[in-house]
Amino acid sequence: MQPQRLPTGGRIDRSKPLSFRFDGRKLEGYAGDTLASALLANGVSIVGRSFKLRRPRGIVGSGAEEPNAIMQIGKGAHAQPNLRATQVELYEGLVARTTKGWPGARFDLGAINDIFGKVFSAGFYYKTFMRPKSWWHLYERFIRASAGFGRAPTETDPDHYEHRNAHCDVLIAGGGPAGLSAALAAGRAGARVILADEQDEFGGSLAGAKRNIGDAPADEWLRRTVESLAALDNVTLLPRSTVFGYYDHNFLAIAERCTDHLPEADRAGVRQRLWRVRAKQVVLAQGAFERPLAFCNNDRPGVMLASAVSQYIRRYAVRPGRRAVVFTNNDSAYETAIDLAEAGSSVVIVDSRADGAGSLGERAAKAGISVIAGHIVTDVVGRRRVRGVRVAGWSGNPSYLVESSIHIDCDLVAVSGGWSPAVHLHSHAGGRNAWDTERHCFVPGEAAQANVSAGACNGKWSLRECLREGIESGRAAASRCGFEAPEIDTPSTSEGHYNPLQPLWRVPADAEPERCPKQFLDFQNDTSVADIRLAVREGYRNVEHVKRYTALGFGTDQGKLGNIIGMAVLAECLGKSIPEVGTTTFRPAYTPVAFAVGAGESVGDLYDPVRKTAVHEWHVAAGAPMENVGQWHRPWYFPRDGEDLHAAVARECVAARQSLGIMDASTLGKIDARGRDVVEFLERIYTHNVGKMKIGRCAYGIMLGEDGMVMDDGVMARLGEQRFYLTTTTGGAANVLAWLEAWLQTEWPELEVFLTSLTDHFSTIAMVGPNSRRVLERIGCTIDLDKDSFPFMAVRDAELGGYPVQLFRVSFSGELAFEINIDSGSALEMWKTVMAAGEEFGVTPYGTETMHVLRAEKGFVIVGQDTDGSVTPVDLGMNWLLSKDKDFLGKRSLARPDCLRSDRKQLVGLLSSDNTVLPEGTQLVEAPGAPVPVPMCGHVTSSYMSACLGHPIALALVAGGRARKGETIYAALPGREPLPVTIAAPVFYDPKGERQHV
Amino acid sequence: MLLIECPWCGERAETEFSYGGEAGIARPPDPDVLSDAEWADYLFNRSNPRGAHRELWNHAQGCRRWFGVERDTVTYRIAGSFRLSDGSDNREG
Ligand SMILES: [Zn+2]
Repeated sequence: MQPQRLPTGGRIDRSKPLSFRFDGRKLEGYAGDTLASALLANGVSIVGRSFKLRRPRGIVGSGAEEPNAIMQIGKGAHAQPNLRATQVELYEGLVARTTKGWPGARFDLGAINDIFGKVFSAGFYYKTFMRPKSWWHLYERFIRASAGFGRAPTETDPDHYEHRNAHCDVLIAGGGPAGLSAALAAGRAGARVILADEQDEFGGSLAGAKRNIGDAPADEWLRRTVESLAALDNVTLLPRSTVFGYYDHNFLAIAERCTDHLPEADRAGVRQRLWRVRAKQVVLAQGAFERPLAFCNNDRPGVMLASAVSQYIRRYAVRPGRRAVVFTNNDSAYETAIDLAEAGSSVVIVDSRADGAGSLGERAAKAGISVIAGHIVTDVVGRRRVRGVRVAGWSGNPSYLVESSIHIDCDLVAVSGGWSPAVHLHSHAGGRNAWDTERHCFVPGEAAQANVSAGACNGKWSLRECLREGIESGRAAASRCGFEAPEIDTPSTSEGHYNPLQPLWRVPADAEPERCPKQFLDFQNDTSVADIRLAVREGYRNVEHVKRYTALGFGTDQGKLGNIIGMAVLAECLGKSIPEVGTTTFRPAYTPVAFAVGAGESVGDLYDPVRKTAVHEWHVAAGAPMENVGQWHRPWYFPRDGEDLHAAVARECVAARQSLGIMDASTLGKIDARGRDVVEFLERIYTHNVGKMKIGRCAYGIMLGEDGMVMDDGVMARLGEQRFYLTTTTGGAANVLAWLEAWLQTEWPELEVFLTSLTDHFSTIAMVGPNSRRVLERIGCTIDLDKDSFPFMAVRDAELGGYPVQLFRVSFSGELAFEINIDSGSALEMWKTVMAAGEEFGVTPYGTETMHVLRAEKGFVIVGQDTDGSVTPVDLGMNWLLSKDKDFLGKRSLARPDCLRSDRKQLVGLLSSDNTVLPEGTQLVEAPGAPVPVPMCGHVTSSYMSACLGHPIALALVAGGRARKGETIYAALPGREPLPVTIAAPVFYDPKGERQHV
Repeated sequence: MLLIECPWCGERAETEFSYGGEAGIARPPDPDVLSDAEWADYLFNRSNPRGAHRELWNHAQGCRRWFGVERDTVTYRIAGSFRLSDGSDNREG
């Protein structure tokens, strides 16, 4: 039973009834309905409660402008919040809930706010919730709960979304008469065209229009045009696709809703798709929005835009009311009156203009519609539904107070305050807008990019102008892309003559706006005429400030209905013209876009690439938990028999120091640097004397930024006269390569140096501990490994167990150690070979945690952990690495006054007075009892329990710390007394460094 | 999203590139002779113009070459790209 459904007509399919649920009620509609048209057909008049005042609200519009009918659609993980019912296609089993008001739109506890409406005036939130600031988290919870916006599902979204890149000659936004004509003109010229329209079918205002185009009804022209476009291979038609953003260099984003219109069980494949389009030319043809008028109680359910009333009658065969008052200041609403009359409703037109309409006035008269010219609707009677209106005579003076008014019974008020072109995309692209003093609307000014506006979004209201501008803009766009565009005749349409619109925004009432019922401008945010006037009285002048103070245009509809009349009211208050007041900024997205379509495929495993070493599967099989280091997955520790992290790390550390540990160090960045000028180049990059390095020797090197701060570090080796092998930190590999390339290409192009990343090609196995040499010998190595033939910091090519390797005698632990560099394809075999050969020495694999403990025991820093971009090599005590004989990047900065301060934070060791392992990041203070705020003198950068030493160790940066060895400072620990700690040298284990030289 | 012309690869989307700041900031040949103020000027100060700006870009996800672009900081319009190594400049006009 659909009481408001007309017996015939519309573009719905009456053979396909669909059932759906609205706030738990089971209702029926037809295929071809939107949720909004189906609700209206069922006589549902209240679809939500307003944001602040909790007033009952009904459907106002029929498209993207709808401020009130904001719904939660679908169930569970598939649910989508905050959709406009006017743009939701009905499907079998659709579940819709109102998102404002609880427990439902028809009954609302918060409606009491309306009675205290005066309290909730402009700036209410600012004034009430400003102080005390510390209470803001409470206020916010209150506001959020009262606002009752939709809820995002808490489950993981099971649907699939994708991104697609596309290029085209001409992108056309909007598939009404102008957009379709443009597509046909550009498409026939041979241009690659994308035509996107947000609705399920093309046609825009033409759908169901009782007009002729050429010698055929508009519907017929529409069908033929869409068929012709579909037949062109160079034209891509995208229905259900909203062009929501226009970005730099003609880059546009389109959200295509692929399966949202289907019952959930029938959905397959991509749910929504983000098109990222680079277009040579853009034709904007998104039409125009009808404006409401601000009269008292103009938000009552049953007050609708006139154009929306026509849409519901023509397209959906729904009659929104039986006794209608059409209130207008222009001719277009007369068509709505005629539609209503033909649908069997009684109609009265209240026209603010003394002389009424042009040709449409004659047609209305013929249809027996009475017109009350020179009158205005001042107030609406009825609370949960329109029951009538107050109508008064008006001379055109905006400040005039109405003295007497008459009552007219009605259940529908169709309002038209004129039209505003949809200049959103034109504005996103950087174009300004100009106030048209004849048509009383903002029209697109000069385009900032390669785009042109056509039809109603260019302020052209007549069908003939829309068709003509569409054809012209399509041809012009194609020819600018180099296509020869054939002439196309504009089809003939019968156009009558129109009387001009009368500027009217705020409708006079029998009292000033502050003393009469509210005249709403922005329905979603409950902003009224009185609120704007209050903002001006309180000193706000700039439109952007007034917008923020009154929340005008801040809703999910971005003020598509209310912004222009709001600005007009502001202009009136300020005694300025509308163009002097100006518009607020239009920003993407044009309509709300789901987060999921923004994420596309970049979720879950595809969110970020994962890098695994060649030995990864062995680590996994050994039960090692992984630590993510950038994109790398590295083994963290190798637990045995239910060990926890601490037990495993203690065992691993002792094994490495007493016998043999093995670690996968493959994630180190590796760069091959060679060429005629490689020595000169590396001299400028590294701080030490690169030229003095002998072939076959390694050096520890650091590189600085030009600001003198440590940027990266690693071992580098000289492999030949003009050939070096550089290693970087795991996280710094890509940055260092880019940094080196930048200097070579931009500053020193005269240097001939070739850089090649080897990070993935070679794997690195570190063998650490006093038995490492013995095991290498057991595997079978082609070079002598004794300490004189192969000393500390040497590098040799060798064969190890039959595999060609590069063998480094370097140590990041302070022990006798070797690093085996081997082709990644053979790395797993080599790892297994070492494990087998080392078995009798208890070879112990260890992960990143033990590596950290071993290096911290030796005071070796990790760039990015013990440094933070504000630490110089001098701060780290690395003066010995700074060559005095040459310039290098960052050297001059080390002599800047700030770098010479004696109270800079310097790297030191810390020993706690009890067995506490200080949390990394712990702040250090001089005295425990200092008044708040306590001055801080440093912080802990690395901290571990050292099993080999039997006590905790920490590295820290402490102001002037190097000169303070033995002094006591205090660690500020949450929830306990400050803990005394002693400053020590940063090397805790084997301070003379003898073990690595054996 | 900007459309940037790499002098070697042609027009590509901004996501393929990384930004390198103002072009033409030459490293002083002998930093030691500079006063602290002069060194700080090289290190920290940039012209930050409103309008035409010559800047460095790297085709990081492509040929990895550095090159120059003249871009308007207000309109984001790009007048053209130029190579650094040979000084050739393929700006339009
Ligand atoms: Zn390139």
